[in-house]
Amino acid sequence: MAIDQARYRSRRRLNAFTMALCWAATALGLTALLIILSTLLLKGVGGLGLNVFTQMTPPPGSDGGLLNPIIGSLIMTTIGVAIGAPIGILAGTYLAEYGRYSPLSSVVRFVNDILLSAPSIIIGLFVYTIMVAPMGHFSGIAGAVSLAVLVIPIVVRTTEDMLTLVPTPLREAASALGMPRSLVIRRVAFKAARAGMITGILLAVARVTGETAPLLFTALNSQFFSTNLNAPMASLPTVIFQFALSPYAEWQKLAWVGALLITAAVLTLSVTARTLGGKRGKS
Amino acid sequence: MSSASSSRSVMTDIGARQRVLKGLRFGDQVFAAVCKAAAVSVLVILGGVFVSLIGGAWPAFHKFGLAFFVTEAWNPVTDQFGAIAPIFGTLVTSAIAMLIAVPVGVGIAVFLTELCPLVLRRPLGVAIELLAGIPSIIYGIWGLFFFAPFLQQYVQPVLIGTFANVPVLSTLFAGPPYGIGILTSALVLAIMVLPFVTAISRDVFESVPPVLKEAAYGLGCTRWEVVRNVVIPFTRVGVIGGCMLGLGRALGETMAVTFVIGNAHRISGSLLAPGTTISATIANEFTEAVGDMHTSSLLAIGLILFLISFIVLAFARLMLMQLDKKAGA
Repeated sequence: MAIDQARYRSRRRLNAFTMALCWAATALGLTALLIILSTLLLKGVGGLGLNVFTQMTPPPGSDGGLLNPIIGSLIMTTIGVAIGAPIGILAGTYLAEYGRYSPLSSVVRFVNDILLSAPSIIIGLFVYTIMVAPMGHFSGIAGAVSLAVLVIPIVVRTTEDMLTLVPTPLREAASALGMPRSLVIRRVAFKAARAGMITGILLAVARVTGETAPLLFTALNSQFFSTNLNAPMASLPTVIFQFALSPYAEWQKLAWVGALLITAAVLTLSVTARTLGGKRGKS
Repeated sequence: MSSASSSRSVMTDIGARQRVLKGLRFGDQVFAAVCKAAAVSVLVILGGVFVSLIGGAWPAFHKFGLAFFVTEAWNPVTDQFGAIAPIFGTLVTSAIAMLIAVPVGVGIAVFLTELCPLVLRRPLGVAIELLAGIPSIIYGIWGLFFFAPFLQQYVQPVLIGTFANVPVLSTLFAGPPYGIGILTSALVLAIMVLPFVTAISRDVFESVPPVLKEAAYGLGCTRWEVVRNVVIPFTRVGVIGGCMLGLGRALGETMAVTFVIGNAHRISGSLLAPGTTISATIANEFTEAVGDMHTSSLLAIGLILFLISFIVLAFARLMLMQLDKKAGA
């Protein structure tokens, strides 16, 4: 009896110890999040002003803003999503509607999942070799294409997931009324899955907004205001990269402001996407 | 009269109807073909990545041969390049990151599924997922200006002092405390990978049928015993798959590491010393590469990185697929 008590107590102790570790792990994760966000706020808010949105990036040693990288980021993200999202939606439609059980779909699904987590810097190298090297110069359009390559797998995945959730009787009812298949997909299935598909696109936007690595060797960077897609283009992440690693105080301050802006934008987008989607999509 | 006109209108109706049907059929075929083409384009992208990297890396492999994989030299001036230092840095930082992120991530998943009050479960889950949403450049700038100085001032001197006389550890934690270096990168990577491990572990933990856990509780098991003997054995494949996904991310992570690793092309026994990884080397040098051999060598290490992460990710997906099959059966 005494032995049993001792064993019971040691089991209790082990349980209390491991559960305390789980509490500690959660506390650690949340602390990391809090510290990162509060550092961003502390260092970024001070430099935040109207000039950030109205002035160009300054030469070293003087004040300025982030207008050209903000515009550049907006342009490249928009074009990247405009190229990537339709391809992703169509490919996801194929996987869910036309070839749900075909061998081609299993291969595409597998490859898509790998592209989803592939290092983005590799995508940058890829677009460099197919666009920048042949064209002979860095360009905004190459940056947009590299972002599009990152958008595609995310949209493929969410589109397929959402279309798979649409109940088959809906499609059967439409088909029974004599609707051709493409219209069943576009008018019925897309409509039923719309919220989820938009969530996927928003998540993709959130992901590429913060991407730096693929832009380094495609769009490069630029100190000037430019909407010319055929020339190097500034973007917020690359400017943060350049300014943060510079020795100039003004540049570092702007880098923090940029970091704050980008984090705010990305987190707002992903929270919106999540509330819109209601259910959390698979990663 | 009236019957004749009505029959004519029926005739034209049939003609019009056929034209419409033909149009619809054509639209159907076009849409199906376009969808299929889009699906195939996913394969084309992967193939294109491989072909372009192999093509670009060929000159370097041709010149240096297998020695490329074991040479430490990285000298653009003499055109001598070897990949072992970045490969070493990539593997070591990722390994340390996983050593930290896996226990902590699984711990958080256990907390979220077993301990957390129901009301807090969702908000805490979302908070951890926000960590995954923060762009990697933010981790970089935070690591460089906040985390590295913090480690340099408070943590690294303690590590150096504590292990100064312990045989193996004294080499691992040999000074001076730079702040930036292999260990700092690994810790930042650990924070970045954490949400991935947590998200997947939590999802698979939730898939354990409650009746299994209740049966174990009914036998008088403690929480830890239920987790250890029921939940984890049931979900092992999924947890490993999730960890591999995290590892894939850690291997290829670029910006965060570029900021805090120190970019030194050498292999050091000390974790506190600066080093480099494949992705950091590429990010730092690619646009400034002089000479074709430099560019080609960078593409070659890019290819190595892609192959490593391809294998890891493929393995992860295969494990997760196996789990889906089990859940489906």
